[in-house]
Amino acid sequence: MIFLFNLALFLELFATGGFIVFIIKQQKWVFRYSYNILIMGFICHSISIGCQYYELGTAPILGLKSILSFFSWSIVAIYILLQIKFKLRVLGSFVAPFVTIIMISAFFFPWKIQESINPIFNSLWLIFHVIIIFIGDAFFAIAFLTSIMYLIQEYHIKKKRLGSFYTRLPSLATLDAINTFSLNCGFPLLSIGILIGSIYSQHAFGKYWQWDPKEVWALISWLFYAALIHQRITVGWQGRRAAIMSIICFCILMFTFIVIGIWFGGYHSFKSLGA
Amino acid sequence: MITILNIGMNHETAPVKIRECLAAEPDNNKKALIFMRETDCIKESVFLSTCNRIEILCTTDDPSMAKKAILELMSKLGRLPVKDFISNLYTYNDMEAVYHFFSVASSLDSMIIGEPQILGQIKKAYAEATTNKSSGVILNRLMHQTFHVAKKVRTETGICESAVSISYAAVELAKKIFNTLEGKKVLFIGAGEMAELAARHLMKQGINSIRIANRTFNNALKLAALFDGNAILFEEIDSQLSEVDIVLTSTASPQYIITYEQVKKIIRKRRNSPLFFIDIAVPRNVQPEVNNLENIYVYDIDNLKGIIRTNMTQRRQEAVKADRIVSQEVDKFEKWLKTLKVVPTIISLRKKADIIMQAEFQKSYSILKELSPAQMETINILTKSIVEKFLNDPILYLKSKADRKSLGNYLDMTRNLFNLDKDEDDI
Repeated sequence: MIFLFNLALFLELFATGGFIVFIIKQQKWVFRYSYNILIMGFICHSISIGCQYYELGTAPILGLKSILSFFSWSIVAIYILLQIKFKLRVLGSFVAPFVTIIMISAFFFPWKIQESINPIFNSLWLIFHVIIIFIGDAFFAIAFLTSIMYLIQEYHIKKKRLGSFYTRLPSLATLDAINTFSLNCGFPLLSIGILIGSIYSQHAFGKYWQWDPKEVWALISWLFYAALIHQRITVGWQGRRAAIMSIICFCILMFTFIVIGIWFGGYHSFKSLGA
Repeated sequence: MITILNIGMNHETAPVKIRECLAAEPDNNKKALIFMRETDCIKESVFLSTCNRIEILCTTDDPSMAKKAILELMSKLGRLPVKDFISNLYTYNDMEAVYHFFSVASSLDSMIIGEPQILGQIKKAYAEATTNKSSGVILNRLMHQTFHVAKKVRTETGICESAVSISYAAVELAKKIFNTLEGKKVLFIGAGEMAELAARHLMKQGINSIRIANRTFNNALKLAALFDGNAILFEEIDSQLSEVDIVLTSTASPQYIITYEQVKKIIRKRRNSPLFFIDIAVPRNVQPEVNNLENIYVYDIDNLKGIIRTNMTQRRQEAVKADRIVSQEVDKFEKWLKTLKVVPTIISLRKKADIIMQAEFQKSYSILKELSPAQMETINILTKSIVEKFLNDPILYLKSKADRKSLGNYLDMTRNLFNLDKDEDDI
C-alpha cells in the first residue's frame, strides 16, 4: 500500500517531467508517453486507495495525508475525463505539476496506523459526502488551471506579444469552454456534497448545521461559486473576468480545505478526524 | 560519363523583365521539352517555369555542348539574344545541381521561404516531362526523391508554420481567439481591394455570414454580391457591432470610424462575447484604446506586420534545419547514382550467362526434345537457378563497391575475369 503510493508518486513525477518536456518541445510522442505514465500512476494510486479502504473499512479520508492523496487522485481522474472529452494536450502540462505538488506534500506526512475509528465515520453517507465534494473540487481545480492558462493567453493576445506561450496554448474559446464545463460540473457536485453532509449530520449529531468553521467557509466558497455561475448565466460573464473570479473562488476553496482544516477547530478539522 | 546539369534563373539573379520573356507563351514548356528531347547531347530533361524562376534540369555526356544547346533554346523561347540574359543564369553540375533542385522544391530558395506552391509547380513540370517522354531513369529517380525531400522538410521542420501574409496572420489570430471561424459573422467596413482579398481568405475558413458597409453603397453591393453577403448602410454599423464576431476595417477615412465609447456601449448587449477588430487601414479606422476593453481585441496593420516579421525570422531559423535534411538526401542520391555505374556490367554479366545457357541448350537439343514439357520446365528452372546463384555473389560484391573511388578497377577486373568485352559472337 505504501509502496503503491510511492510508486504512484514516482510515476506522476516522471509524467510531470514528460509534460514539461512536451510543452517545450511540442512533440506528440512525448505527450503520449507522459500521458500513459500518468495513467499508470493513476492506476497504482487507485489500487493503493482501494487497499486503504479495505483495511480501514471506510473511505481513507481521515488524515491530512490521505485527504491530500485522495484529492490529487480525484484531480487526475477528472483530468483524464476532460482529456478524453476535449483532447487538449497542453492541459496535462498544467495539471500534472499541480497534482504532483499535492502528492509530494502528502508524501511528507507520516502514515498513521489507525487502531480504531470513530463509528460515525463508518457510514456510506459520509463516504458519499466526501467523495462527491472531492470530485467537485477536482473540477474546480481544473477550472482554476484553465483560468490561469486563459489569463496567460489573453495577456499575450492583448499585449500583442505572441511569444512561445501563444503558440503552445490553445484558443481562448477552448479554454473558456473547459472552464465553463468544469464549473457546471463542479458546482452541482459541491452542492450535493454539502447537502449529503448536512443530512448525515442530522442523522449523526441531530443537527443539520452546526456553524463549524469548515461549514461556514464551505458555505462562503459555495456562495462565491454561485455568484460566478449566476453572472455567467445572466450577464454572460466570460473570458478574463470569469477566469479571475474562478481563480479567487478556488483560492477560497483551498483556504477552506487546508487552512481551516489544520488551524481552526471544529469537528471537521483534521485533528478531530484522526482521533 | 553522365553529368546532371542544372541551368536556371530565379527572382534574385534575374529581373522580372527577363523572366517574363521566357514565360511568355503557355506552350513554351512543351516546346522546350521537345527541343531538348531532339537534341542529341541531352539525354533526359525536365523544364520548370514559374513566375519566380526557370529551371532546366538535364542529363548529358557533354555538359558544354548541352549548355550551348540550352542557351540557344532559351534565346529562342524568350526571343532574346543570349548575351542579354547569360549573366542572369546560374549553372550547377552533378551533386550541386541535385542540392539546388532539392532546395528549390523544399522552398528554401523561394522569395517567401516555406511557401507551399513551388512543390506543386515542380510536380506539374515533372508530369509534363513524363507525358513528353523527356525524363528517364536518372531524372525519374531524382524527381521522386525531390518530392520525398520536400515532404520531409515540411513535416520535420517548422518552415511552413506560422503565417507570413497579412490575411494569414489575421486568420491565425482569429483562430486563437475563437478556436474556429466556422459559423462566425464578419463585418467589413470598406469595400476596397484589400477587403475583397481578406474576404476571399476568410470565406475559405468557413465564415458563415458577411456584411459589408461602405460610404459608397454601390461598392458595398458589388462586393456583397461577390460573396453572397449583405450590404449595409454606414449608419447601421452600430447595430451590427453587437452581432458580429470579427470586424475588418479598410476605409480611407481620416477619422476613427470605431471609437472607444461606441464599442463600450455595445459590450453589455453582446453579453461580453469576444470581438476581434482587424484594422488594415492607414490612417487607422479603429481607435487604439478599444483594445483596452474587456474581451475586445484590436490589431492594426503594424501589429500584423510585426507578427509576420517574427514569423519570417522563425522560418529562416528552421531553414537551417531543412538545409541539413537536404544535404543528407543529396548524399543518398549520390550513392544511388554511383550504383548506376555498376548496372551495365551487371547487365552484360547476366546477358553472357543467358547466352551460354541458350547455346548449351541448343547443343543438347536432340536429347532434350524427348522429354515431356513438365520435365523440360524443371530442367529450365534448374539451370536458371544455378546461374542465378552463381552470379549472385559477384553482383553483390560489385554493388558494395559502388561508392569506392577505385570502382573502375573493380569493373575492369570483372569484365576481364568474365571476358565481357569480347564480341558476343565469339562465345
